[in-house]
Amino acid sequence: MLYREAGQFKASYIEDQQIFPIRQDKIGFIAILAFFSLVVPMIASEYWLQAILIPVLIFSLAAIGLNILTGYAGQLSLGSAAFMAVGAFGAYNFMLRIDGMPFIAALILGGLCAALVGIAFGLPSLRIKGFYLAVATLAAQFFIVWALVKFPWFSNNSTSGVISAQKVEILGFAFDTPVSKYLLTLAVVAVFALLAKNLVRTTTGRSWMAVRDMDVAAEVIGIRPMRAKLSAFAVSSFYCGVAGALYAYTYLGTVEPEGFSLDLSFRILFMIIIGGVASIMGSFLGAAFIVLLPIFLNVAMHALFAGTMPAGLASNLELIIFGGLIIFFLIVEPHGLARLWQIGKEKLRLWPFPH
Amino acid sequence: MQFFFEVLIGGLLSGVLYVLVALGFVLIYKASGVFNFAQGAMVFFAALTFVGFRELLPGLTGLDPEGALVFWMAFVLALGAMIVLGILTEKIVLRPLVNQPHITLFMATIGLTFLVEGIAQGIWGANVRGLSLGIADEPVEWIMDSANMLVSKFDLFAAALAGVLVASLALFFQYTKVGRALRAVADDHQAALSIGIPLQQIWAIVWAVAGFVALVAGLIWGARSGVQFALTFTALKALPVLILGGFTSVPGAIVGGLIIGASEKLAEVYIGPFVGGGIEGWFPYMLALAFLLVRPEGLFGERHIDRV
Repeated sequence: MLYREAGQFKASYIEDQQIFPIRQDKIGFIAILAFFSLVVPMIASEYWLQAILIPVLIFSLAAIGLNILTGYAGQLSLGSAAFMAVGAFGAYNFMLRIDGMPFIAALILGGLCAALVGIAFGLPSLRIKGFYLAVATLAAQFFIVWALVKFPWFSNNSTSGVISAQKVEILGFAFDTPVSKYLLTLAVVAVFALLAKNLVRTTTGRSWMAVRDMDVAAEVIGIRPMRAKLSAFAVSSFYCGVAGALYAYTYLGTVEPEGFSLDLSFRILFMIIIGGVASIMGSFLGAAFIVLLPIFLNVAMHALFAGTMPAGLASNLELIIFGGLIIFFLIVEPHGLARLWQIGKEKLRLWPFPH
Repeated sequence: MQFFFEVLIGGLLSGVLYVLVALGFVLIYKASGVFNFAQGAMVFFAALTFVGFRELLPGLTGLDPEGALVFWMAFVLALGAMIVLGILTEKIVLRPLVNQPHITLFMATIGLTFLVEGIAQGIWGANVRGLSLGIADEPVEWIMDSANMLVSKFDLFAAALAGVLVASLALFFQYTKVGRALRAVADDHQAALSIGIPLQQIWAIVWAVAGFVALVAGLIWGARSGVQFALTFTALKALPVLILGGFTSVPGAIVGGLIIGASEKLAEVYIGPFVGGGIEGWFPYMLALAFLLVRPEGLFGERHIDRV
């Protein structure tokens, strides 16, 4: 009843092309943002902030990155965790080696490092596609993690490549409490998510989708596949890199290259499959789902078995449920949770009348 | 020079293990166009099931745990499990996804990987288990004496087994009715369907055969390095093998596997010391990547023509 677009007329192209063309959507978006930036810091406990909200936000950003590459540009990547690692170690080295480096600048420079590496590993995509490319990105995954461990320069000569993030300070304000770290993460993620949402609606974004749908046809109508593919790789890796830097600075504090394993790459891939391929909204839903599911399972198992839980059962169950859900979603709802959200909105427009 | 040959032969023989996994990929890809990422998980599942039954059976039947009877019973049971797994995969996962883009099928098999790994460990536990096939991993004496090189008996046995497997698969494909149907399906699904070849039955058979190959690969790998979760990672190395050899070619899988095995060992020995070692982990992928830039369809793959 409340969610109607009746009476909202669009008199110009600009009005028609808005991200939120319906007023209720706009209000809803602002309300959600206000809730997460004003209300949540007041009511959420330290555990919720540190163990759930911050990782969900960071993985949302990484999932947006992968979604740009896989969802929008159609290039499957199994190396997103490695690009996160490049971002984390890049930001660390800029903070370490340049005096008075502003954190936000280090974050962006870290992302740019990841973008450069992403372009390098994206070069094969000009000749190969599909799962051939997936194997090429596996090369990135293994090579980058190996290089970060083997060359001590990256981690400032620490053993086995472990780095401890420096203190985060912006304009003299130290981000050292969970609440402030959460707010910083939220701000960065919100800005980049909005940018991504706009980016996929530009010429660049449309050229990605054209290449995804059929690259030969895209080339015939005058889209340069090289520029489209490489820009998708660059932007995607940039997002993953920024997410990786946040992962080190606001979430874990201490990271090692091995932490950015193939398993993490798969997890990010699962986020976009379950959340929704080619959807920014879906990246958030998928990240929340994948982060929350193991925690939920753990709690549920403890409640069920109360101390007598067979060892390893939870982790095996997690594998089974993840695998099962992926297959389930691919078969039943290939567009993921984002599609369900959309269906819900469609239904809401008509509610309470059937037509 | 002698050291070079020793490394080369060791590498070639370890490449045989990659060949065994890659074969499973090629079989499924040829017949159903599915790039089965779960082949590694299937190898793990097969090896774990075999070891599990082998430990279980003596207690149930009172037979000698090291005896041949237990070995073959466990083998048959594990093979049965693999066939059931293959048929279920075809029925539950792939049939609803027919005609979907390749990428979707690929991602579905990634999901399948997790599912199979979870089930395998859920049933049999996550401990590392030893597996002995009764062949010692020691150098062959006469090669040691005559050429002064270390060549493992076990590796030779694995190579011979792989040879027998490939030969029997080739005979199966060439001379049986089912094999002919399989080749027809691999050639053109729709044409095969239109002359009355039951497509879904054929796919089930292919998955079962891939399960059998996975079992053989699992036994050899398990005997080599213990049956453990790490098997699934090593199985990933079959991917560069496929790229090198081409996804659709059995000879390609064999040549590719040997090249990858030999080159990664040689690289580790001759390039490794300059960059700090441990390059075996990524070298095959980089080699495949470099190769793709020159010849995207692989050594023996079919040249792909783009059409709008």
